[in-house]
Amino acid sequence: MTADQFSVAVEDVTFAYEADAPVMRFDAQFRKGVITAIMGASGSGKSTLLSLLAGFEMPQSGKIWLAGEDYTHRAPGERPLSMVFQENNLFAHLSVFNNVALGVSPSLKLSASDKESVHHALASVGLENYGKRLPAQLSGGERQRVAVARVLVRHKPILLLDEAFASLGPGLRREMLDLVASLADKNAMTTLMVTHSPEDALHIAQDLVFLGQDGVAFIGPSKELAKSQNQNEAVRNYLIGRGTS
Amino acid sequence: MRKSILLIILLSGAAISHAQAKDVTVYTYESFTAEWGPGPQVEKAFEAKCGCDVTFVSAADGVALLNRLRLEGENTDADLILGIDQNLIAEAKDEGFFAPHGMDIEAGLVPVEWNDDTFVPYDYGYFAIVYDTQKIETPPSSMEEFLNGDASNKIAIQDPRTSTPGLGLMLWIKKLYGDDAPEAYAKLSDRILTITPGWSEAYGLFTDGEAPMVLSYTTSPAYHMIAEDNDRYQAAAFSEGHYMQIEVAGLTKKGAENPQAKEFLSFVVSPAFQDIIPETNWMLPAAPMSKPLNPVFDELVQPKTALLYSSEEVALKRKDWVDEWLDVMSR
Amino acid sequence: MLALFLLGALAMGAIIALIVFAVLGGSTVDIIDIVTDQYVWRIIRFTLWQAALSTVLSAVLAIPVGFLLFENKYFYGRELLLRLFAIPLVLPQIVAVLAIVSLYGNQGFVTQALEGAGLPVGTIYGLSGILIAHVFFNMPLIARVVLGALNAMPSEYERLSHQLDMGAMQRLRHICWPYMRPALFNASALVFMLCVTSFTVVLTLGGGPRATTLEVGIYQALTFDFDIPRAVVLTAMQLALTAFAVFMFARAGGNIDAGMTLERTRPLIIKRDIRQTVLSVVVLGLAALFVASPFIAIFVKGIAADLLKLIGQPAVQNAILTSFVLGALAASLCIIVTLALCEGAVRKGPMQGIYSHAASLVLVVPPIVIAAGWFILLRPFVIVYEAAPYLVVCVNAAMALPFAMRFVLPARQAAAQRHDRLCAQLGLYGFNKWRLVLLPTMIKPLSVGFAFAFALSLGDLGVIALFGSEKVQTLPFLILQRMGSYRTNDAAGLALMLCIFTLGILMLADRSSISLKGKK
Repeated sequence: MTADQFSVAVEDVTFAYEADAPVMRFDAQFRKGVITAIMGASGSGKSTLLSLLAGFEMPQSGKIWLAGEDYTHRAPGERPLSMVFQENNLFAHLSVFNNVALGVSPSLKLSASDKESVHHALASVGLENYGKRLPAQLSGGERQRVAVARVLVRHKPILLLDEAFASLGPGLRREMLDLVASLADKNAMTTLMVTHSPEDALHIAQDLVFLGQDGVAFIGPSKELAKSQNQNEAVRNYLIGRGTS
Repeated sequence: MRKSILLIILLSGAAISHAQAKDVTVYTYESFTAEWGPGPQVEKAFEAKCGCDVTFVSAADGVALLNRLRLEGENTDADLILGIDQNLIAEAKDEGFFAPHGMDIEAGLVPVEWNDDTFVPYDYGYFAIVYDTQKIETPPSSMEEFLNGDASNKIAIQDPRTSTPGLGLMLWIKKLYGDDAPEAYAKLSDRILTITPGWSEAYGLFTDGEAPMVLSYTTSPAYHMIAEDNDRYQAAAFSEGHYMQIEVAGLTKKGAENPQAKEFLSFVVSPAFQDIIPETNWMLPAAPMSKPLNPVFDELVQPKTALLYSSEEVALKRKDWVDEWLDVMSR
Repeated sequence: MLALFLLGALAMGAIIALIVFAVLGGSTVDIIDIVTDQYVWRIIRFTLWQAALSTVLSAVLAIPVGFLLFENKYFYGRELLLRLFAIPLVLPQIVAVLAIVSLYGNQGFVTQALEGAGLPVGTIYGLSGILIAHVFFNMPLIARVVLGALNAMPSEYERLSHQLDMGAMQRLRHICWPYMRPALFNASALVFMLCVTSFTVVLTLGGGPRATTLEVGIYQALTFDFDIPRAVVLTAMQLALTAFAVFMFARAGGNIDAGMTLERTRPLIIKRDIRQTVLSVVVLGLAALFVASPFIAIFVKGIAADLLKLIGQPAVQNAILTSFVLGALAASLCIIVTLALCEGAVRKGPMQGIYSHAASLVLVVPPIVIAAGWFILLRPFVIVYEAAPYLVVCVNAAMALPFAMRFVLPARQAAAQRHDRLCAQLGLYGFNKWRLVLLPTMIKPLSVGFAFAFALSLGDLGVIALFGSEKVQTLPFLILQRMGSYRTNDAAGLALMLCIFTLGILMLADRSSISLKGKK
């Protein structure tokens, strides 16, 4: 593989949650600087894939490549990526400012320029004056913006979104997607986005990785989702159900 | 599951339905009714003799026994109580629960004169320092020697606020030293490993090897020699004499109306009862037995002087004396 | 509400009965006299001092232990260690004290080893002995509660903290501490109460009457002195002081709900850096050694006894059966009352806060007071020694309540958050709601709470000893009885059996509800 072309890759990775659970297989590459949507039926392993990339789970075999290096056995904190979950991205007892600042310094020891960059990041997600608030005082969309601000201060080349905006309304969701797309573009981040929504995928993702029951069922342009014919069978079943084939 | 619930209900039902009047009800302390204690044999012997039914009800110790009676007052079920010691006699009489025994009692073996009209002694013993022969070669031969002895040989004693032997040691020293007791307590406190709430903790520390000496009874070695064939633990004979404990039985007012209860009280000083006592209660018989005492008892320390305060004096001064003890020991 | 009332009645009924008895008996009491007594204040000072010190030490040690147990989800023997952590509280105090002395006493194994290595060791008798014993009893309890609180933290938090490359210390300070703190203070309040009422430990290991707790004073007043008014006044003082202390603990703790819930999300398996691994091995190793070694001492002494002969004795068999029947009844009653109290605690209202703490205060009324009070109350109506088993069941259930609450309440609160609205909307109330929704979701904490209550009353001695008659002999009663009549070997064997039964019950509880738990 060529490191300059692919920023993220899973190579013959196998994984099972328990000794007697079914083994999941992953083999896929993700283009550098591109937003890729990861879709698939429930239980197909979308979140598992992100957990493997982030280092929260260890593959039984295979390799994990990030930014052209083998990260298979490296600790989560060493990996060049940031992840945004669907919820609980913010520590409830810490202020918005501190939640972002943790991205700069895990001990919250901040220099003047560190503080400046936190303020800057909050400003770029539209939350200039929210620093002193607690997460409980924010709306769901605002909380995810704070999480995105933390992604920005960490300056990691890879961004993982695990259904990050699934609980937001359509307008707000679109707004957040646009924000992420522009920030990813500006910072040249390779972005992997787990989502259930074809509209979201079509809206900002160029590429699509579709997971079927036995691993990756389709890799290609996200436009595949919009085709009414000649679709990949797994994708078609996912979008319109099996009954109408 | 159903079955076990049924079982529980049945069991608890049995417990309630059991509550029927008994011919003679005796309140005593727990170690008396233990399966290896005198209780089972005494019950059998007396029931055979009088053809009546004996029920033992047990409290933790002599003090708990008297308190139980105090809580029950006039309505007690007890015909007799068996197991308070002489220290408690005056307090017990003050409560007015007891009736004179009206007997010519034969407690001839108790080495002090006994002329109480209410309580009958059934056994007695002496407090003693029991030591581990593997750790101490020459035991102290007097209280004075013990108090001034090697401070590295520690003793486990009991607290006079919560324990009868603990009270016994305090009275022993008070009897010997009188007004100089505080100085004696001060010396004692250098010898003490720890002061436990009860006899069991102290004796456990002793047999575990933690303390080479413990406050117990002259008869304690007899248990180890007879039941365990082990003569490692021995009592130290003190030349000044040993403080006594006399255990007594008495009729309640209710029991005074019950001929069988009276019969039980005289049974207590009969050979049939006395034969059982030494090797079950590990105390000395208060009245003649029908057979010779186990020879092991002859090997035990035989105090030359028996020390004792009258129960009236103990009742009157115990609190002050305990305070005096506390004062020194808390320094 | 009713449950709370019954609980109060159990304690207050006894106290009121004693007061009435004393007044009818013509006793008078000079409260001023007692309250201004030098001796009383000295023992109060000591009681609070040793309890505070024991609590702080237990809590401080429980922080790293609980945190590192959270950090290290998988290591050999972890499950066994967690179960072992539940047993110290269950041991009769005399058994635990003798086991501790056999390790740290003047002739103890550890003392001898250290002295052999040329290290001077002070005597255990005094404050140090009291602290060692209290830490042994209570540190594991707090560690378990803290671990429970950490497990209740959103799983994303731990993941995020790793992604943000936080070290263990940073994670402890910034992420875990806010979650540990309420649990820590809550458990510490409970431990404080247990230490305030400590009796055998304080007297035996304290070395002398310098170390005297109010509980000893109450016992003294109710036994040798038979001074009921004094006992009542001292009990009231103990209650008031402890209630105040518990109130302070609760205020200091803050407000994230936590308890001894067990792991529910899929735990994170992450390689730690070498420093943290070494630290974990050292801290958890020492904690395990410290908690396990008295059990090893009990085991060594126990197998020296003739176990087969013991188990063949009808008295032993009876005692085991009695213990199990009473334990099962007490645990059942305890869980029923716990559930009732939980209902009160999840309902919003001015009483909400009272429920969880009210349950605990029962612990501070000495068993001897409850026993004597209820003896007077029941005496006119039933034959007390026949009713003793029922009272023992009630008192044991009440004593186990504060612990059961800590297992069950967090689960009930979680269930309330998750299901109460849906149930209301579907018209699910009362029995059906319990059967269909609450019971299935709470089966794990309920069975653990049940097992803990079961184990606790299996090991309880306080009340049994006071009500004991030849008909109600439990295993701990038998231990005490044999110890009281030279049969120390038998007692050691029985103590070993008690430990094995307790461990068995706790393991069974974990087994029976394993299906809800993620396995490796």
